[in-house]
Amino acid sequence: MIEVDNIHKSFGDAHVLKGITTRFDKGKTNLIIGQSGSGKTVFIKCLLGLFTPEEGTISYDGKIYSELSGSEQRNLRQEMGMVFQGSALFDSMTVEGNVRFPLEMFTKQSVSEMQDRVDFVLKRVNLIDAHHKYPSEISGGMQKRVAIARAIVMNPKYLFCDEPNSGLDPKTAILIDNLIQEITQEYNITTVINSHDMNSVMEIGEQIIFLKNGIKEWEGTNKEIFKTDNKAVTNFVYSSELFKKVRQMYIEERN
Amino acid sequence: MNYIASIGSYAIMVKEVFKKPTKWGIMKSLILKEIDELIYGSLGILIFISFFIGGVVAIQTALNITSEIIPKYLVGFATRQSIILEFAPTFCSIIMAGKVGSYITSSIGTMRVTEQIDALEVMGVNALNYLVFPKIIAMLFYPFIIAIAMYVGIFGGWVAGVFGGFSTSADFVEGLQLDFNTFHVTYSFIKTLVFAFILATIPSFHGFYMKGGALEVGKAATTSFVWTSVVIIILNYILTQLLLG
Repeated sequence: MIEVDNIHKSFGDAHVLKGITTRFDKGKTNLIIGQSGSGKTVFIKCLLGLFTPEEGTISYDGKIYSELSGSEQRNLRQEMGMVFQGSALFDSMTVEGNVRFPLEMFTKQSVSEMQDRVDFVLKRVNLIDAHHKYPSEISGGMQKRVAIARAIVMNPKYLFCDEPNSGLDPKTAILIDNLIQEITQEYNITTVINSHDMNSVMEIGEQIIFLKNGIKEWEGTNKEIFKTDNKAVTNFVYSSELFKKVRQMYIEERN
Repeated sequence: MNYIASIGSYAIMVKEVFKKPTKWGIMKSLILKEIDELIYGSLGILIFISFFIGGVVAIQTALNITSEIIPKYLVGFATRQSIILEFAPTFCSIIMAGKVGSYITSSIGTMRVTEQIDALEVMGVNALNYLVFPKIIAMLFYPFIIAIAMYVGIFGGWVAGVFGGFSTSADFVEGLQLDFNTFHVTYSFIKTLVFAFILATIPSFHGFYMKGGALEVGKAATTSFVWTSVVIIILNYILTQLLLG
Protein backbone atom coordinates (compact mmCIF):
# COMPACT_ATOMS: atom_id res chain seq x y z
CA MET A 1 0.00 0.00 0.00
CA ILE A 2 1.21 3.50 -0.84
CA GLU A 3 0.04 6.46 1.20
CA VAL A 4 0.49 10.00 -0.09
CA ASP A 5 0.07 12.83 2.37
CA ASN A 6 -0.28 16.43 1.19
CA ILE A 7 2.52 16.52 -1.38
CA HIS A 8 3.52 19.69 -3.18
CA LYS A 9 5.90 19.94 -6.11
CA SER A 10 6.98 23.04 -8.02
CA PHE A 11 9.32 23.76 -10.92
CA GLY A 12 10.38 27.38 -10.66
CA ASP A 13 7.19 29.43 -10.53
CA ALA A 14 5.01 26.55 -11.73
CA HIS A 15 3.25 24.91 -8.76
CA VAL A 16 2.49 21.52 -10.35
CA LEU A 17 1.21 19.42 -7.43
CA LYS A 18 -0.84 21.29 -4.85
CA GLY A 19 -1.31 19.18 -1.76
CA ILE A 20 -2.36 15.74 -2.99
CA THR A 21 -3.44 13.23 -0.36
CA THR A 22 -4.50 9.73 -1.37
CA ARG A 23 -3.92 6.01 -0.86
CA PHE A 24 -3.16 3.25 -3.36
CA ASP A 25 -4.26 -0.20 -2.18
CA LYS A 26 -2.46 -3.49 -2.62
CA GLY A 27 -3.79 -5.96 -5.20
CA LYS A 28 -5.75 -3.25 -6.99
CA THR A 29 -5.19 -1.36 -10.22
CA ASN A 30 -5.14 2.27 -9.11
CA LEU A 31 -5.57 4.79 -11.91
CA ILE A 32 -4.48 8.41 -11.97
CA ILE A 33 -6.42 10.24 -14.66
CA GLY A 34 -6.59 13.81 -15.83
CA GLN A 35 -5.96 16.03 -18.81
CA SER A 36 -2.48 16.65 -20.22
CA GLY A 37 -0.68 19.08 -17.92
CA SER A 38 -2.73 18.13 -14.87
CA GLY A 39 0.39 16.84 -13.07
CA LYS A 40 -0.06 13.08 -13.59
CA THR A 41 3.49 12.40 -14.79
CA VAL A 42 5.04 14.60 -12.09
CA PHE A 43 2.92 12.78 -9.51
CA ILE A 44 4.02 9.33 -10.68
CA LYS A 45 7.66 10.48 -10.80
CA CYS A 46 7.29 11.65 -7.20
CA LEU A 47 5.92 8.19 -6.31
CA LEU A 48 8.96 6.64 -8.00
CA GLY A 49 11.38 8.85 -6.12
CA LEU A 50 12.60 10.51 -9.33
CA PHE A 51 11.27 13.89 -8.10
CA THR A 52 11.41 15.00 -4.47
CA PRO A 53 8.28 16.83 -3.24
CA GLU A 54 8.95 20.10 -1.40
CA GLU A 55 6.25 19.29 1.13
CA GLY A 56 4.37 16.18 2.26
CA THR A 57 5.29 12.53 2.56
CA ILE A 58 4.96 9.33 0.56
CA SER A 59 5.06 6.06 2.47
CA TYR A 60 5.40 2.56 1.09
CA ASP A 61 3.88 -0.02 3.47
CA GLY A 62 4.61 2.34 6.35
CA LYS A 63 8.15 3.34 5.26
CA ILE A 64 8.33 7.09 4.62
CA TYR A 65 10.54 7.55 1.55
CA SER A 66 12.07 10.88 2.56
CA GLU A 67 13.14 9.48 5.94
CA LEU A 68 15.07 6.56 4.43
CA SER A 69 18.84 6.67 3.91
CA GLY A 70 20.27 6.67 0.38
CA SER A 71 20.92 2.93 0.40
CA GLU A 72 17.46 2.22 1.90
CA GLN A 73 15.89 4.32 -0.85
CA ARG A 74 17.82 2.35 -3.49
CA ASN A 75 16.73 -0.93 -1.88
CA LEU A 76 13.12 0.27 -1.92
CA ARG A 77 13.45 1.19 -5.57
CA GLN A 78 14.46 -2.39 -6.29
CA GLU A 79 10.98 -3.34 -5.06
CA MET A 80 9.42 -1.08 -7.69
CA GLY A 81 8.73 -1.93 -11.31
CA MET A 82 8.04 0.74 -13.86
CA VAL A 83 6.51 0.61 -17.33
CA PHE A 84 7.38 3.87 -19.08
CA GLN A 85 5.21 5.59 -21.66
CA GLY A 86 7.75 4.90 -24.42
CA SER A 87 8.69 1.51 -22.90
CA ALA A 88 12.27 2.80 -22.21
CA LEU A 89 13.86 -0.47 -23.30
CA PHE A 90 17.64 -0.46 -23.61
CA ASP A 91 18.35 -0.20 -27.34
CA SER A 92 21.67 -1.99 -27.14
CA MET A 93 20.18 -5.10 -25.51
CA THR A 94 17.96 -7.83 -26.88
CA VAL A 95 14.51 -8.50 -25.42
CA GLU A 96 16.07 -11.20 -23.25
CA GLY A 97 18.91 -8.87 -22.22
CA ASN A 98 16.46 -6.17 -21.19
CA VAL A 99 14.48 -8.55 -19.00
CA ARG A 100 17.60 -10.18 -17.56
CA PHE A 101 19.21 -6.81 -16.74
CA PRO A 102 17.69 -6.29 -13.23
CA LEU A 103 18.52 -9.90 -12.31
CA GLU A 104 22.15 -9.45 -13.36
CA MET A 105 22.40 -6.16 -11.48
CA PHE A 106 20.80 -7.11 -8.20
CA THR A 107 20.75 -10.86 -7.70
CA LYS A 108 23.34 -13.57 -7.32
CA GLN A 109 21.39 -16.06 -9.40
CA SER A 110 23.23 -18.48 -11.65
CA VAL A 111 22.98 -18.09 -15.42
CA SER A 112 20.48 -20.97 -15.67
CA GLU A 113 18.33 -19.59 -12.82
CA MET A 114 18.22 -16.21 -14.53
CA GLN A 115 17.36 -17.83 -17.86
CA ASP A 116 14.50 -19.76 -16.26
CA ARG A 117 13.12 -16.60 -14.69
CA VAL A 118 13.44 -14.63 -17.96
CA ASP A 119 11.70 -17.41 -19.90
CA PHE A 120 8.95 -17.54 -17.28
CA VAL A 121 8.13 -13.81 -17.31
CA LEU A 122 8.35 -13.55 -21.11
CA LYS A 123 5.93 -16.45 -21.34
CA ARG A 124 3.72 -14.73 -18.74
CA VAL A 125 3.43 -11.66 -20.97
CA ASN A 126 2.82 -13.90 -24.00
CA LEU A 127 6.12 -13.22 -25.73
CA ILE A 128 7.52 -16.49 -26.97
CA ASP A 129 9.64 -15.96 -30.08
CA ALA A 130 11.17 -12.54 -29.47
CA HIS A 131 13.99 -13.44 -27.04
CA HIS A 132 16.83 -12.52 -29.37
CA LYS A 133 15.26 -9.55 -31.12
CA TYR A 134 16.24 -5.96 -30.41
CA PRO A 135 13.60 -3.38 -29.32
CA SER A 136 13.74 -1.71 -32.75
CA GLU A 137 12.78 -5.02 -34.38
CA ILE A 138 9.50 -5.52 -32.49
CA SER A 139 6.12 -3.74 -32.51
CA GLY A 140 4.98 -1.12 -29.99
CA GLY A 141 2.67 -3.62 -28.30
CA MET A 142 5.49 -6.16 -27.97
CA GLN A 143 7.77 -3.44 -26.56
CA LYS A 144 5.15 -2.73 -23.89
CA ARG A 145 5.03 -6.45 -23.03
CA VAL A 146 8.82 -6.54 -22.72
CA ALA A 147 8.66 -3.46 -20.48
CA ILE A 148 6.06 -5.22 -18.29
CA ALA A 149 8.21 -8.36 -18.20
CA ARG A 150 11.23 -6.30 -17.15
CA ALA A 151 9.14 -4.52 -14.51
CA ILE A 152 7.90 -7.76 -12.91
CA VAL A 153 11.03 -9.91 -13.26
CA MET A 154 12.21 -8.97 -9.74
CA ASN A 155 8.80 -9.70 -8.19
CA PRO A 156 8.12 -6.04 -7.33
CA LYS A 157 5.80 -4.95 -4.54
CA TYR A 158 4.85 -1.81 -6.45
CA LEU A 159 4.18 -1.52 -10.17
CA PHE A 160 3.94 1.88 -11.87
CA CYS A 161 2.78 2.38 -15.44
CA ASP A 162 2.93 5.72 -17.22
CA GLU A 163 0.31 5.71 -19.97
CA PRO A 164 0.91 2.07 -20.90
CA ASN A 165 -1.56 2.30 -23.79
CA SER A 166 -0.25 5.34 -25.56
CA GLY A 167 0.45 4.70 -29.23
CA LEU A 168 -1.30 1.32 -29.25
CA ASP A 169 -4.36 0.25 -31.23
CA PRO A 170 -7.53 -0.27 -29.10
CA LYS A 171 -7.32 -4.08 -29.20
CA THR A 172 -3.67 -4.21 -28.12
CA ALA A 173 -4.39 -1.51 -25.52
CA ILE A 174 -7.07 -3.69 -23.92
CA LEU A 175 -4.72 -6.70 -23.95
CA ILE A 176 -2.05 -4.66 -22.16
CA ASP A 177 -4.62 -3.36 -19.63
CA ASN A 178 -5.87 -6.85 -18.90
CA LEU A 179 -2.33 -8.16 -18.59
CA ILE A 180 -1.47 -5.48 -16.02
CA GLN A 181 -4.66 -6.22 -14.05
CA GLU A 182 -4.02 -9.99 -14.10
CA ILE A 183 -0.44 -9.51 -12.91
CA THR A 184 -1.60 -7.13 -10.16
CA GLN A 185 -4.07 -9.64 -8.79
CA GLU A 186 -1.84 -12.69 -9.34
CA TYR A 187 1.15 -11.24 -7.47
CA ASN A 188 -0.84 -8.99 -5.10
CA ILE A 189 1.07 -5.89 -6.22
CA THR A 190 0.21 -2.25 -5.54
CA THR A 191 -0.24 -1.00 -9.10
CA VAL A 192 -0.51 2.67 -10.03
CA ILE A 193 -1.35 3.52 -13.64
CA ASN A 194 -1.16 6.95 -15.12
CA SER A 195 -3.66 7.20 -17.96
CA HIS A 196 -5.95 9.41 -19.94
CA ASP A 197 -7.40 6.49 -21.85
CA MET A 198 -11.09 6.09 -21.00
CA ASN A 199 -11.11 2.44 -22.09
CA SER A 200 -8.55 1.74 -19.36
CA VAL A 201 -10.70 3.59 -16.85
CA MET A 202 -13.70 1.42 -17.71
CA GLU A 203 -11.77 -1.85 -18.02
CA ILE A 204 -9.42 -1.82 -15.05
CA GLY A 205 -10.09 1.27 -12.92
CA GLU A 206 -10.67 -0.40 -9.57
CA GLN A 207 -9.66 2.80 -7.81
CA ILE A 208 -9.39 6.10 -9.68
CA ILE A 209 -8.14 9.53 -8.73
CA PHE A 210 -8.80 12.47 -11.03
CA LEU A 211 -6.27 15.30 -11.08
CA LYS A 212 -7.00 18.80 -12.28
CA ASN A 213 -4.35 21.53 -12.23
CA GLY A 214 -2.33 19.61 -9.65
CA ILE A 215 -5.25 19.09 -7.26
CA LYS A 216 -7.08 15.84 -6.53
CA GLU A 217 -10.51 16.75 -7.85
CA TRP A 218 -12.26 13.41 -7.44
CA GLU A 219 -11.70 9.86 -6.19
CA GLY A 220 -13.74 6.71 -6.77
CA THR A 221 -14.12 3.51 -8.82
CA ASN A 222 -14.93 2.84 -12.47
CA LYS A 223 -18.54 2.21 -11.47
CA GLU A 224 -18.82 5.44 -9.50
CA ILE A 225 -17.31 7.57 -12.27
CA PHE A 226 -20.48 7.00 -14.35
CA LYS A 227 -22.67 8.39 -11.59
CA THR A 228 -20.61 11.34 -10.43
CA ASP A 229 -21.96 14.84 -10.75
CA ASN A 230 -18.51 16.41 -10.50
CA LYS A 231 -18.45 18.72 -13.52
CA ALA A 232 -14.69 18.53 -14.08
CA VAL A 233 -14.81 14.72 -14.11
CA THR A 234 -17.84 14.50 -16.40
CA ASN A 235 -16.30 17.06 -18.78
CA PHE A 236 -13.17 14.93 -18.95
CA VAL A 237 -14.80 11.51 -19.09
CA TYR A 238 -17.54 12.44 -21.54
CA SER A 239 -15.48 14.61 -23.83
CA SER A 240 -15.91 12.11 -26.70
CA GLU A 241 -19.22 11.58 -28.52
CA LEU A 242 -19.09 7.85 -27.81
CA PHE A 243 -18.94 8.33 -24.06
CA LYS A 244 -21.59 11.06 -24.18
CA LYS A 245 -23.92 8.49 -25.77
CA VAL A 246 -22.96 5.87 -23.19
CA ARG A 247 -23.82 8.31 -20.39
CA GLN A 248 -27.11 9.22 -22.06
CA MET A 249 -28.01 5.53 -22.32
CA TYR A 250 -27.07 5.03 -18.69
CA ILE A 251 -29.28 7.94 -17.55
CA GLU A 252 -32.19 6.72 -19.69
CA GLU A 253 -31.79 3.20 -18.30
CA ARG A 254 -31.74 4.54 -14.73
CA ASN A 255 -34.90 6.57 -15.31
CA MET B 1 25.69 32.68 -13.08
CA ASN B 2 24.58 29.75 -15.24
CA TYR B 3 28.22 28.89 -15.97
CA ILE B 4 29.02 28.69 -12.26
CA ALA B 5 25.97 26.48 -11.66
CA SER B 6 27.07 24.23 -14.53
CA ILE B 7 30.58 23.91 -13.09
CA GLY B 8 29.03 22.95 -9.74
CA SER B 9 26.73 20.40 -11.38
CA TYR B 10 29.69 18.97 -13.31
CA ALA B 11 31.69 18.57 -10.07
CA ILE B 12 28.74 16.83 -8.38
CA MET B 13 28.35 14.55 -11.42
CA VAL B 14 32.03 13.54 -11.30
CA LYS B 15 31.67 12.72 -7.58
CA GLU B 16 28.53 10.65 -8.26
CA VAL B 17 30.30 8.68 -11.02
CA PHE B 18 32.59 7.09 -8.43
CA LYS B 19 29.80 6.28 -5.94
CA LYS B 20 27.92 2.97 -5.62
CA PRO B 21 29.79 0.96 -8.25
CA THR B 22 28.04 -1.39 -10.63
CA LYS B 23 28.78 -5.13 -10.28
CA TRP B 24 32.29 -5.86 -11.58
CA GLY B 25 31.07 -8.60 -13.94
CA ILE B 26 28.80 -6.13 -15.72
CA MET B 27 31.25 -3.23 -15.51
CA LYS B 28 34.00 -5.34 -17.13
CA SER B 29 31.93 -5.93 -20.24
CA LEU B 30 30.87 -2.26 -20.36
CA ILE B 31 34.52 -1.15 -20.20
CA LEU B 32 35.53 -3.53 -23.01
CA LYS B 33 32.64 -2.26 -25.12
CA GLU B 34 33.68 1.36 -24.54
CA ILE B 35 37.34 0.60 -25.35
CA ASP B 36 36.16 -0.87 -28.63
CA GLU B 37 33.88 2.08 -29.36
CA LEU B 38 35.93 5.04 -28.11
CA ILE B 39 39.54 3.90 -28.57
CA TYR B 40 39.69 1.21 -31.25
CA GLY B 41 36.95 2.97 -33.23
CA SER B 42 38.97 6.21 -33.31
CA LEU B 43 42.25 4.63 -34.38
CA GLY B 44 41.60 4.80 -38.12
CA ILE B 45 40.66 8.49 -38.30
CA LEU B 46 43.56 9.53 -36.03
CA ILE B 47 46.09 7.54 -38.11
CA PHE B 48 44.74 9.06 -41.31
CA ILE B 49 44.81 12.65 -39.99
CA SER B 50 48.18 12.26 -38.25
CA PHE B 51 49.87 10.99 -41.41
CA PHE B 52 48.73 13.92 -43.54
CA ILE B 53 49.21 16.61 -40.89
CA GLY B 54 52.76 15.31 -40.33
CA GLY B 55 53.31 15.61 -44.06
CA VAL B 56 51.94 19.16 -44.19
CA VAL B 57 54.09 20.28 -41.23
CA ALA B 58 57.20 18.92 -42.99
CA ILE B 59 56.35 20.58 -46.33
CA GLN B 60 55.48 23.95 -44.77
CA THR B 61 58.65 23.96 -42.67
CA ALA B 62 60.75 23.12 -45.74
CA LEU B 63 59.07 25.82 -47.84
CA ASN B 64 59.78 28.43 -45.16
CA ILE B 65 63.48 27.66 -45.06
CA THR B 66 64.67 30.22 -47.52
CA SER B 67 68.06 31.01 -46.05
CA GLU B 68 71.06 28.85 -46.93
CA ILE B 69 72.41 29.10 -43.38
CA ILE B 70 69.39 27.29 -41.88
CA PRO B 71 70.25 23.59 -41.78
CA LYS B 72 68.07 21.13 -43.72
CA TYR B 73 67.64 18.90 -40.66
CA LEU B 74 65.30 21.59 -39.30
CA VAL B 75 62.48 19.91 -41.29
CA GLY B 76 62.74 16.72 -39.21
CA PHE B 77 63.32 18.68 -36.00
CA ALA B 78 60.27 20.94 -36.50
CA THR B 79 58.07 18.01 -37.50
CA ARG B 80 59.05 16.06 -34.38
CA GLN B 81 58.53 19.01 -32.03
CA SER B 82 55.19 20.03 -33.58
CA ILE B 83 53.82 16.51 -33.58
CA ILE B 84 54.96 15.46 -30.11
CA LEU B 85 54.31 18.73 -28.28
CA GLU B 86 51.09 19.93 -29.83
CA PHE B 87 49.61 18.10 -32.77
CA ALA B 88 49.29 14.61 -31.28
CA PRO B 89 48.00 15.49 -27.80
CA THR B 90 46.04 18.69 -28.45
CA PHE B 91 44.93 18.72 -32.09
CA CYS B 92 43.95 15.03 -31.91
CA SER B 93 41.97 15.75 -28.73
CA ILE B 94 40.01 18.48 -30.51
CA ILE B 95 39.24 15.98 -33.27
CA MET B 96 38.25 13.44 -30.61
CA ALA B 97 35.95 16.06 -29.00
CA GLY B 98 34.07 16.03 -32.30
CA LYS B 99 34.13 12.30 -32.90
CA VAL B 100 33.98 10.69 -29.46
CA GLY B 101 32.44 13.67 -27.63
CA SER B 102 29.43 13.99 -29.88
CA TYR B 103 28.95 10.21 -29.81
CA ILE B 104 28.96 10.20 -25.99
CA THR B 105 26.58 13.19 -25.72
CA SER B 106 24.15 11.91 -28.31
CA SER B 107 24.08 8.33 -26.99
CA ILE B 108 23.55 9.39 -23.36
CA GLY B 109 21.20 12.21 -24.45
CA THR B 110 19.07 9.76 -26.44
CA MET B 111 18.90 7.53 -23.37
CA ARG B 112 17.69 10.56 -21.39
CA VAL B 113 15.05 11.49 -24.00
CA THR B 114 13.73 7.93 -24.28
CA GLU B 115 13.57 7.60 -20.45
CA GLN B 116 16.19 4.82 -20.40
CA ILE B 117 18.13 6.76 -17.74
CA ASP B 118 14.93 7.10 -15.69
CA ALA B 119 14.48 3.34 -16.06
CA LEU B 120 17.99 2.74 -14.65
CA GLU B 121 17.34 5.11 -11.73
CA VAL B 122 13.97 3.54 -10.92
CA MET B 123 15.68 0.15 -10.75
CA GLY B 124 18.10 1.58 -8.18
CA VAL B 125 21.10 1.62 -10.54
CA ASN B 126 23.58 4.49 -10.16
CA ALA B 127 23.08 5.65 -13.76
CA LEU B 128 26.13 7.93 -13.71
CA ASN B 129 28.40 5.11 -12.59
CA TYR B 130 26.85 2.70 -15.08
CA LEU B 131 27.13 5.09 -18.05
CA VAL B 132 30.12 7.35 -17.39
CA PHE B 133 32.61 5.30 -15.34
CA PRO B 134 33.29 2.77 -18.17
CA LYS B 135 33.98 5.69 -20.51
CA ILE B 136 36.51 7.22 -18.10
CA ILE B 137 38.31 3.88 -17.72
CA ALA B 138 38.25 3.26 -21.49
CA MET B 139 39.74 6.71 -22.09
CA LEU B 140 42.74 5.76 -19.91
CA PHE B 141 43.86 3.92 -23.07
CA TYR B 142 43.76 7.18 -25.02
CA PRO B 143 47.54 7.82 -24.61
CA PHE B 144 48.16 4.60 -26.56
CA ILE B 145 46.47 5.96 -29.67
CA ILE B 146 48.18 9.29 -29.17
CA ALA B 147 51.53 7.44 -29.14
CA ILE B 148 50.52 5.81 -32.43
CA ALA B 149 49.48 9.25 -33.77
CA MET B 150 52.96 10.57 -32.87
CA TYR B 151 54.71 7.77 -34.78
CA VAL B 152 52.41 8.05 -37.79
CA GLY B 153 52.64 11.86 -37.86
CA ILE B 154 56.43 11.79 -37.87
CA PHE B 155 56.37 9.03 -40.49
CA GLY B 156 54.04 11.20 -42.61
CA GLY B 157 56.52 14.06 -42.28
CA TRP B 158 59.37 11.79 -43.37
CA VAL B 159 57.40 10.52 -46.39
CA ALA B 160 56.43 14.06 -47.47
CA GLY B 161 59.92 15.46 -46.79
CA VAL B 162 61.90 12.71 -48.51
CA PHE B 163 59.59 11.73 -51.38
CA GLY B 164 58.54 15.33 -51.99
CA GLY B 165 62.16 16.29 -52.45
CA PHE B 166 62.23 18.73 -49.50
CA SER B 167 64.81 16.89 -47.43
CA THR B 168 67.05 13.85 -47.54
CA SER B 169 66.29 10.92 -45.29
CA ALA B 170 69.56 11.42 -43.45
CA ASP B 171 68.84 15.12 -42.79
CA PHE B 172 65.32 14.34 -41.64
CA VAL B 173 66.47 11.60 -39.23
CA GLU B 174 69.26 13.86 -37.93
CA GLY B 175 66.62 16.50 -37.15
CA LEU B 176 64.48 13.91 -35.40
CA GLN B 177 67.36 12.95 -33.11
CA LEU B 178 68.62 16.47 -32.46
CA ASP B 179 68.31 17.72 -28.86
CA PHE B 180 65.67 15.14 -28.06
CA ASN B 181 64.19 15.82 -24.63
CA THR B 182 62.32 12.82 -23.23
CA PHE B 183 60.36 15.06 -20.86
CA HIS B 184 58.53 16.43 -23.88
CA VAL B 185 56.99 13.00 -24.38
CA THR B 186 56.11 12.80 -20.67
CA TYR B 187 54.57 16.29 -20.87
CA SER B 188 52.59 15.21 -23.89
CA PHE B 189 51.22 12.10 -22.16
CA ILE B 190 50.32 14.05 -19.01
CA LYS B 191 48.28 16.41 -21.20
CA THR B 192 46.74 13.46 -23.01
CA LEU B 193 45.56 11.85 -19.77
CA VAL B 194 43.99 15.11 -18.57
CA PHE B 195 42.30 15.57 -21.96
CA ALA B 196 41.08 11.95 -21.84
CA PHE B 197 39.24 12.68 -18.60
CA ILE B 198 37.75 15.83 -20.12
CA LEU B 199 36.73 13.94 -23.29
CA ALA B 200 34.90 11.33 -21.22
CA THR B 201 33.21 13.60 -18.68
CA ILE B 202 32.16 16.88 -20.36
CA PRO B 203 30.21 15.19 -23.20
CA SER B 204 28.66 12.82 -20.63
CA PHE B 205 27.59 15.83 -18.55
CA HIS B 206 25.91 17.48 -21.54
CA GLY B 207 24.15 14.24 -22.49
CA PHE B 208 23.09 13.24 -18.98
CA TYR B 209 21.57 16.55 -17.94
CA MET B 210 19.99 17.51 -21.27
CA LYS B 211 16.29 18.35 -21.42
CA GLY B 212 13.93 18.15 -24.36
CA GLY B 213 13.64 15.92 -27.40
CA ALA B 214 15.56 14.79 -30.46
CA LEU B 215 16.37 18.35 -31.57
CA GLU B 216 17.90 19.11 -28.19
CA VAL B 217 20.08 15.98 -28.45
CA GLY B 218 21.66 17.53 -31.55
CA LYS B 219 22.06 20.89 -29.81
CA ALA B 220 23.59 19.20 -26.75
CA ALA B 221 26.12 17.40 -28.97
CA THR B 222 27.16 20.72 -30.54
CA THR B 223 27.38 22.48 -27.16
CA SER B 224 29.36 19.58 -25.78
CA PHE B 225 31.87 19.80 -28.66
CA VAL B 226 32.30 23.54 -28.13
CA TRP B 227 32.82 23.28 -24.37
CA THR B 228 35.08 20.23 -24.57
CA SER B 229 37.27 22.08 -27.10
CA VAL B 230 37.31 25.26 -25.00
CA VAL B 231 38.29 23.38 -21.83
CA ILE B 232 40.98 21.41 -23.69
CA ILE B 233 42.49 24.61 -25.10
CA ILE B 234 42.46 26.37 -21.71
CA LEU B 235 43.94 23.35 -19.94
CA ASN B 236 46.54 23.02 -22.70
CA TYR B 237 47.72 26.54 -21.91
CA ILE B 238 47.73 25.97 -18.14
CA LEU B 239 49.54 22.62 -18.35
CA THR B 240 52.12 24.01 -20.77
CA GLN B 241 52.81 26.90 -18.41
CA LEU B 242 53.05 24.55 -15.43
CA LEU B 243 55.12 21.80 -17.03
CA LEU B 244 57.32 23.65 -19.51
CA GLY B 245 57.16 27.28 -18.36
